[in-house]
Amino acid sequence: MTVEAGEGLLPIVANDDVVRARQLVRTLAQDCRLSLVEQTKLVTAASELARNTLVHGGGGTLRGELIRNGLRRGVQVVFRDSGPGIADLELALTDGWSSGTGMGLGLSGSRRLVDEFAIESEPGRGTTVTITKWAR
Amino acid sequence: MSERVPILQIGDILLVSIQTDLDDQSVLNLQDDLAARVVESAAHGVVIDISAVEIVDSFVGRMLATIAAISRMLDAETVVVGMRPAVAITLVELGLSLGGVSTALNLDLGLRLLERARGGRDGLTAEPTAS
Repeated sequence: MTVEAGEGLLPIVANDDVVRARQLVRTLAQDCRLSLVEQTKLVTAASELARNTLVHGGGGTLRGELIRNGLRRGVQVVFRDSGPGIADLELALTDGWSSGTGMGLGLSGSRRLVDEFAIESEPGRGTTVTITKWAR
Repeated sequence: MSERVPILQIGDILLVSIQTDLDDQSVLNLQDDLAARVVESAAHGVVIDISAVEIVDSFVGRMLATIAAISRMLDAETVVVGMRPAVAITLVELGLSLGGVSTALNLDLGLRLLERARGGRDGLTAEPTAS
């Protein structure tokens, strides 16, 4: 898998950074020629995860890039925070699980909207979520 | 930085058209502003036009459901109009069914839906005196 174009790093430290995150990911999705429905799914997932980074992770960063695997092109977005982390990942990925503020669809819902979803977290050491959407 | 979404009034209907990508605080402001305006204007219907909205995530989805619930408590019905097909597909996959929120394909159909709801309700209150 190779990176086609790095799109830099976006800090997520305020409410309007979540809006910026959506715009950055939409631009990448368009550059990758994802269909409108696929674009919408990816941007929605990014919106959920950027909000998680801000609200639960206490702020962090987003890195988005166009990637290639053989003939396939895709968009990969990495959300990283150094917040409290998640103790029980399996539980956190269940529908309806919530730390109290949302509807509990952020993690489980965004996983359904993308092709690949990876999460790494350790209590006290932050959380990293990587999502990928491939062009059809 | 949070902006205020304008709320228009036509007769006893309040109309909100979301035209920009709103941050979470602006979404919450809209919720509060609408509740206040429903009471102030004694409106019987609220129409929220999302035809320009490119994504509805769980935060905005919850706002729509909350506005509908608050308005109902304040004697107004809410209709969400103009949802894009890609948004509908994404919402379902995300797991948000927006139960309790009435929708219509466009503004015209949304207004007719409110008229019918209102007519039905007036009909009900008028019935006992008729018999």
